[in-house]
Amino acid sequence: MSDFAFTFCDADLVARPDGTLWWPRKRLLCVSDLHLGKSERIARRGGTLLPPYETRETLWRLEAAIAATDPACVVCLGDSFDDLTAADNVSDDARKTLTRLQAGRDWIWIEGNHDAGPVDIGGTHRGEVVLDRITFRHITDQATRGEISGHYHPKAGPTGLPQRACFLLDKVKLILPAFGAYTGGLSVRDPDLSGLMESAGVAILTGKKAVAVPISACLKR
Amino acid sequence: MDLPAHFSDWFSTKGWSIHPHQQEMLDRSSEPSLLLIAPTGGGKTLAGFLPSVVELSDGDHDGLHTLYVSPLKALAADIKRNLGTPIAEMDLPIRVEDRTGDTSYTQKRRQRADPPHILLTTPESLALLVSYEDAPRIFKGVQRIIIDEIHALAESKRGDQLMLAISRIQAMSPDLRRVGLSATVEDPAAIAHELAKHPDPCPIVLADPGPDPDISMLVTEEKPPWSGGGAKYSIPAVLDMVKQHKTTLIFHNTRAQAEIYFHNLWLANDDALPIGIHHGSLSRDQRAKVEAAMVRGDLRAIVCTGSLDLGIDWGDVDLVVQIGAPKNVKRLIQRIGRANHRYNAPSKAVLVPANRFEVVECVAALEAAKDRDLDGDPKGDGPRDVLCQHILITACAAPFDATDLFQEVKTVGAYSTLSRAAFDDCLEFCATGGYALQAYDQWKRLKEVGGTWQLRDPRSAARIRMNIGTIFDIETLKVKFRRSPKTLGEVEESFAATLTQGDTFLIGGQIVRYEGLNQLVVEVSREKGRTPKVATFSGTKFATSTQLSQRILSMFNRDTWPLLPAHTTEWLQLQREMSKLPQAGRIQVETFPQDGRENMVVYGFAGVNAHRTLGLILTQRMEAAGLNPLGFVVTDYALLIWGLTPVTNVAPLFAPENIRDGLETWLQGNAVMKRTFRIAATVAGLIERNSRQGRKSGRQATFSSDILYDTLAKYDPDHLMLRITREEAMRGMVDFGRIEEMLQRTKGQVDHIVVDRITPLAAPLFLEPGRIPVFGEGRDKLLQDKAAELMREAGLSDI
Repeated sequence: MSDFAFTFCDADLVARPDGTLWWPRKRLLCVSDLHLGKSERIARRGGTLLPPYETRETLWRLEAAIAATDPACVVCLGDSFDDLTAADNVSDDARKTLTRLQAGRDWIWIEGNHDAGPVDIGGTHRGEVVLDRITFRHITDQATRGEISGHYHPKAGPTGLPQRACFLLDKVKLILPAFGAYTGGLSVRDPDLSGLMESAGVAILTGKKAVAVPISACLKR
Repeated sequence: MDLPAHFSDWFSTKGWSIHPHQQEMLDRSSEPSLLLIAPTGGGKTLAGFLPSVVELSDGDHDGLHTLYVSPLKALAADIKRNLGTPIAEMDLPIRVEDRTGDTSYTQKRRQRADPPHILLTTPESLALLVSYEDAPRIFKGVQRIIIDEIHALAESKRGDQLMLAISRIQAMSPDLRRVGLSATVEDPAAIAHELAKHPDPCPIVLADPGPDPDISMLVTEEKPPWSGGGAKYSIPAVLDMVKQHKTTLIFHNTRAQAEIYFHNLWLANDDALPIGIHHGSLSRDQRAKVEAAMVRGDLRAIVCTGSLDLGIDWGDVDLVVQIGAPKNVKRLIQRIGRANHRYNAPSKAVLVPANRFEVVECVAALEAAKDRDLDGDPKGDGPRDVLCQHILITACAAPFDATDLFQEVKTVGAYSTLSRAAFDDCLEFCATGGYALQAYDQWKRLKEVGGTWQLRDPRSAARIRMNIGTIFDIETLKVKFRRSPKTLGEVEESFAATLTQGDTFLIGGQIVRYEGLNQLVVEVSREKGRTPKVATFSGTKFATSTQLSQRILSMFNRDTWPLLPAHTTEWLQLQREMSKLPQAGRIQVETFPQDGRENMVVYGFAGVNAHRTLGLILTQRMEAAGLNPLGFVVTDYALLIWGLTPVTNVAPLFAPENIRDGLETWLQGNAVMKRTFRIAATVAGLIERNSRQGRKSGRQATFSSDILYDTLAKYDPDHLMLRITREEAMRGMVDFGRIEEMLQRTKGQVDHIVVDRITPLAAPLFLEPGRIPVFGEGRDKLLQDKAAELMREAGLSDI
């Protein structure tokens, strides 16, 4: 089995090696930080002309995750679009793919700092969502206990081995890796990130197999 | 042109007389382009400047008259000093200024408004000047451009960028005359072709090459070791030589070797001779300090690398020591020229082989130097990533007509065979990224308006200017003592990543202890009296040139070796008895068991880079054939693969078609390709250089160029950037050209020699560092095992 199953605030969850989170009892699939339309936004703002294939690639990966789990509900944890104009400018192909993926299931766009506002691509737009004891939102709020968030694009690896995009997990908090194709990572070695987690937390590395490592073993190079 | 009287008077007060080639450069100063080839120390720079200074001495010229371009900022500063003396003493009405990355903002602005008569600059600063809207006013009326050390520039993309910039300047000032100054090279005509305004000719002035250098090889009582590059055995002998000479330059092939040697030299330096170190990883301050001490004559020896290959007149050097085989005869000759910087005096040099095999290499290099048989690889066509940058630079200055620009680019020798289709590809890439998305206005960096191309958003000019240049530094991190602002030097990021607290390494000749990483600075503390871990940050690793490899092979096939020391002839003799010495026309392969493993040694003589590529291809094929390869190691002359199963049928492994097929599949996911892509994409303007800024601020916003490579490979495999990457990698790090050369030379004929134990020629390979493991599923397994162990230790295994 290449997934990593764990219990978080009484919910039995599964961290999948592709960076998506699966909640079997609710048939809920959660992804974070898709950053669709990133190359378009950079080009529009007079930056370099990056290969405009990241939306296609990200949706292709998302489609694979949906095909594997057949969720009743998909929650996108914010920064789904690189900005609101990018959401408007998304290609017809990408729009069609999203419509197809949304058919027959609930689809929730949680707003992020990049896409703070409603988008005109199906689904429901929400600031945050609470299911059972768990809050889904984009940026973690230190006071909340039982929360699933994104935003930080965490990556980690045990000392001496390369870092990979990862989930960060402790008793009260779960931070998801970025799912978008053109996304970098912030190392858990950065105090801004490790400071958010309890010292006994765990990093679940993505890749061919989801692999759990103590965060404390990832803090040194 | 005769030297005006006040010039010849000034010359005689200095006790100087004009050299014949300097007079010839003066006589032929009206040539549209002229190349001078002179040995190091031949008074090249004066020969280049004399016509300018004479033309300017009447005070009639307004504005910029002469551009001087050198590969080093330091050289520009040095020339400014040297020109200052005659100008002041003859009271000439000539203003000379330099303009480099170090020049202040106000000074640069003033230079644009009111250019000096002579401007000393670098290719990158010149390209930046060309990108300004007021470039036509700045360059109007410029008469001459002098390119110093053109042989060094011509070897890299910097030379291509420079010649493209000159083609722009020539269009603004049609009377511009080009002058190239070059050290001794194997193919002057090739450099002349790059310098000339194609298809015009470029005559060559050859200075007297001077007397033959006095080169010898160090032979000591103690035999050189079987492998390694340290040459520690030579320390007492080299210290003796330092004592007997005024100033000695001790050249090394890599920075790491230079650091280790310097450290060992000081441990043995009982007389406390003043010895310094100079290489590209040291901080600018520290290098400047060593340079100044050297000019003052305060140092008896300098341990150095290629960072001292160029230019500045170091004065009284009377001995050059080359540690390690020179790998390339041309570079050896140029280095040797650093000794006895007086015209017509023989230079003195000593080669120090670092190991037994290098004894053979050194002797081959000595013979080549004596025959003046210089080596060099013919350069390919002008690189298209540099052309892309040039198109963007041109657009920054003013709207341009595509056909005019194409014609202008074709006047650059390296681009003279450029097709219109290839040019249009580059233009298309600059304009739209080359993704067939023309319908979207935001996907346009350049727009065609009324027949000319211009920036869609004028504000993008600032971003393009910030990314000008073709020098691609390996990502390095500064090294500092804790709470000290002073930079000790820089180490490669990949080296820093291997350090843990308490590790010790050498930098700037001192041992330091790694304390941690703080804001992209490697923090260290002082460490006394311990052996350092290592200084594995490396300079470029050069492969032994094709020509030198050929000489080594032909040496092997002589009956006796009177020039080689006894310990080396015995070694070769033993190889001849046990197996065979490799021949140029055949691939020699030995197989034998050793230490419970099955070994295969391939004597390819194709250089380290090509052997590494060959190793990856062969092990991949062996894996597929169930031969269970475990790893390999390469040197310039051979490749050793070890595994679990003996190889009995080697010939099919070397069938040329199999090797070419293997390359195709292997290249795709290869790290070398990704690195080459990063460089080409940065030069062409697809990736901006400000990644470091990015990492500091919104860190998670930046992502690795590898992702772009993978995305393009998946969705747009024929994209211009991938085509450029493939071509460059074949020439550079992958060095498939050398493998092709090997296959052609041997026509795939393999001599398979089965022996029951390790052969003398193979023995050093077993001591060679840098073993490359072959992973099947190994890497993932490694991570999973380690993670499970860590989770158990942390008591988290039941989470």
